Amino acid sequence: MKTDGVHTQSHIYDSLKRGPVALEELRGLLKYRDLIYQLVRRDLVSRYKRSALGIGWTMLHPLGMMVVLSVVFSQLFRTVEGYPAYVLSGLVAWNFFSQTTSAAMTQMVWGSALLHRIYLPRTAFVVSAIGTGLVNLILALVPLLLIVILVGLPLRWTFAFLPISIMLLAAFSLGVGLLFSAWAIYFPDVAEMFQIVLIAWLYMTPVIYPEHVIPESYRYWFFHLNPMYYLVQVFRQPIYEGVLPSGEVLVGSLLIAFLTLALGWIVFSSRADEFTYRI
Amino acid sequence: MIWLEGVAVRYRAPEERLGTFKEYAIRRLQRRVRYQDFFALNDINLQVRRGEIFGIIGRNGAGKSTLLKVISRVLVPTRGRVYLGGQVSPLLELGAGFHPELTGRENVMLNGTLLGHPLRELEARMAEIVEFAELGNFIEAPLRTYSSGMAARLGFAVATAWQPEILLLDEILAVGDEAFQRKCQARMQSFRDAGTTTLMVSHDMAAVSALCTSAAWLAHGKIRLIGPSAKVIEDYRAG
Repeated sequence: MKTDGVHTQSHIYDSLKRGPVALEELRGLLKYRDLIYQLVRRDLVSRYKRSALGIGWTMLHPLGMMVVLSVVFSQLFRTVEGYPAYVLSGLVAWNFFSQTTSAAMTQMVWGSALLHRIYLPRTAFVVSAIGTGLVNLILALVPLLLIVILVGLPLRWTFAFLPISIMLLAAFSLGVGLLFSAWAIYFPDVAEMFQIVLIAWLYMTPVIYPEHVIPESYRYWFFHLNPMYYLVQVFRQPIYEGVLPSGEVLVGSLLIAFLTLALGWIVFSSRADEFTYRI
Repeated sequence: MIWLEGVAVRYRAPEERLGTFKEYAIRRLQRRVRYQDFFALNDINLQVRRGEIFGIIGRNGAGKSTLLKVISRVLVPTRGRVYLGGQVSPLLELGAGFHPELTGRENVMLNGTLLGHPLRELEARMAEIVEFAELGNFIEAPLRTYSSGMAARLGFAVATAWQPEILLLDEILAVGDEAFQRKCQARMQSFRDAGTTTLMVSHDMAAVSALCTSAAWLAHGKIRLIGPSAKVIEDYRAG
């Protein structure tokens, strides 16, 4: 078989010469990075174009929750200094996780219809869901920092650690999103079950309540075996406590984020070829 | 150029329709999930030279669309090898990803990146796309204000904005009114003249015999005959 002299190397495709799928997916994503930007833009623009509050809605939702929770629990948790800031910092981290993982499944289902007609890197939809969540998270930082100041807590330089915390949160959410969306394409009830898991999971993580509410004997199960415990703490400690994340929290977050992302990516990529085989 | 060697596509569907995860889990535990194999394509060997216009004909359900999917990389073949010597532009799904709330311009960006074009290329070609689609200032209006014809014209304009190396067609595609359809056909012709390798699925034998040098007759997932288009059409009609 002869190949002629002039050809665009980047567009040659040989189905037998594909490298490991996990790596091919990564290459594909880089090539289609403009698509991810467009998908995120579409999410944000379409959501806010016709709403009266516009982009302010992103900030309003967690703020609203914080107000309600503060009013309800301020007596119960009055030992917690600056409870509104405690709750809001936990909620911002938690909402990022729960919203991006849920959106990952929805986007994957929407995207799978496209995949049946056009070739695309399959991870693009989940990655764009995380991307949209990141933009919303960064916007939510503004009211969060305002609340910290209003509540009278000192705003320390430690919040410059946040980009790392956010990256760890994003990596973990991406891993979980990839793992679950690979199922969610085939079975619609996976997304529903996940919502229920999320509710239970929220109550097992010290987002709304302070740690000391849970008796010592349960703390191992509730916190130390709970991946979101570490990730919420790695986000909350620099803002609310004004300290860098403790060694345990930092190491725990790094391991969890990295392992989950690797697992999610590999499992998703290994099943991705089958997506278009399911009618 | 396109080269298919021993390509097979095997769908494996569970005998029973398992719609929810609960159903699947139960059946799995009972070890009662049985699968049925269906070969949509079997042992396909095909070679399309650079610049050739190649036709694919066959009855409904013969596997023509599956063949296009394998070539456009939507499906990874179960067996065999697919070699593509250039970027494939499938003219199969116009306006994919179009979102009603975004403007025409924003939708061009979204659709274009879905088709694999980098953003700067899209920005460079934007004026040309708008002109070809004859949309004028409507390009800044949200897509939900468009008529179906306008959206179709925009989809066609984006999909054909660049000279493709390999073009895949499922039926001759021309949208809009007569005058616009002539523009579409003229653009298709310009691609052919410029040496685009074209693979065309069609039920229109007149078009296939007029445009295609060679053709393949696909039946039940297998190639029944390959050769000069006139001969293949004749045998297809007789068979």
